[in-house]
Amino acid sequence: MKKLTKLAVLLTGAAIGFAAILLVITGNPANMGICIACFIRDTAGALKLHTAAPVQYVRPEIIGLILGSFAISLATKEFRARGGSSPLTRFVLGALVMIGALVFLGCPLRMVLRMAAGDLNAWIGLVGFVLGIYIGTLFLRRGFSLGRTHKLNNFEGAFMPGLQVVLFIMLAVSSPLLAYSEAGPGSMRAPIWIALGLTFVLGIFAQRSRICQAGGIRDVFMIRDLHLFWGNIGILVVAFVFNIATNRFNLGLYHQPVAHSQWIWNVLGLMVVGFGSVLLGGCPMRQLVLTGTGNVDSAITVLGLLVGAAVSHNFGLASSGDVYEEGTHIVVGGGATPGGRIAVIVALALMILIGFFYSKKPKTKISQ
Amino acid sequence: MKVIDAKGLSCPEPVLLAKQAVAEGEYPFQILVDDETPRENILRFAKNNDHHASLIEKDDHYVIEFIR
Repeated sequence: MKKLTKLAVLLTGAAIGFAAILLVITGNPANMGICIACFIRDTAGALKLHTAAPVQYVRPEIIGLILGSFAISLATKEFRARGGSSPLTRFVLGALVMIGALVFLGCPLRMVLRMAAGDLNAWIGLVGFVLGIYIGTLFLRRGFSLGRTHKLNNFEGAFMPGLQVVLFIMLAVSSPLLAYSEAGPGSMRAPIWIALGLTFVLGIFAQRSRICQAGGIRDVFMIRDLHLFWGNIGILVVAFVFNIATNRFNLGLYHQPVAHSQWIWNVLGLMVVGFGSVLLGGCPMRQLVLTGTGNVDSAITVLGLLVGAAVSHNFGLASSGDVYEEGTHIVVGGGATPGGRIAVIVALALMILIGFFYSKKPKTKISQ
Repeated sequence: MKVIDAKGLSCPEPVLLAKQAVAEGEYPFQILVDDETPRENILRFAKNNDHHASLIEKDDHYVIEFIR
């Protein structure tokens, strides 16, 4: 057995941090070198599942992560089509996680990238992420389980990776069937081959190291194991160093790129993401990587994320960045929408219900 | 010998089942998994907590036996 050390997780995190900054330098939006939630949202827009003009673009980063994991899991014979563990519940949880992420304006990966760039709103949001994960572990201690996966036909597992190839070809030939933002975050793009290449390599690293941003914090609570946590440290430190080196570090609450300063909604949005990620067994990035290994439950979760993004934009649940009175820190617009606020509360309530419905008290209490 | 079937369960359920069995203290016991991630998680859990665990590879799953 190949021994995987915490160094592998740390190096994967470092590589993600480095690639994210490189992708910003080559064209992606600020503090958004890689954001799983934002980029699935952009892809949903490109497929016209929503019509928010500033966020429509098939992001090669999502494709790269899935295909990198797919390639390495084939090479190491870890590719195995499996699924059937409460698929519809996973789909709904995926959608809820996306709704929470778009209220905060980022997935856990973008949260760490924003933290590394000095965005204090992300540091505040981290509190919600950790709290959400903690609530999730309470249900795991009660015996929460979405049930077993079963072996499936390998075609089933290869379907999502295959779909990524089709999407990339459509992007590479600028297919008129797709929508492309002309302004806003969706118009800010790293060159497609750089984005694909970098994230393909990251997909390989992530599959081998099993990096999971929610799992890193969950395991600290549940089994006092810091192994996966090092991934978050790797992303944070490397992105921080490169932000400083390239003059991109800006400490503060205000005038942060694609961010709002409503702390309560940053906390609650990420609480939904943390809680949902624990119930799903992994953060959005991990779901992409597992999708590449033939895990159809994760593929269903990714489709849930995609539909959640469409719902967020079609029904006005997604937040927008702060708008300021010119030359001041006075916020005059942006932030969480009324619908988004209600959706976050409903999402938390639904997750608690799901947590109870799928829990059975273990015979022996699992102590800390 | 007690055998815990953790095949097909999502992370971190297999390692929690191992932890629960350790808490019950009935050695030896076996835990069955069919994926590399829980296999690694359980072996790491055993190592971090000074348990003696050995790995047996079967055709379509792994058996991890906790001796103590």
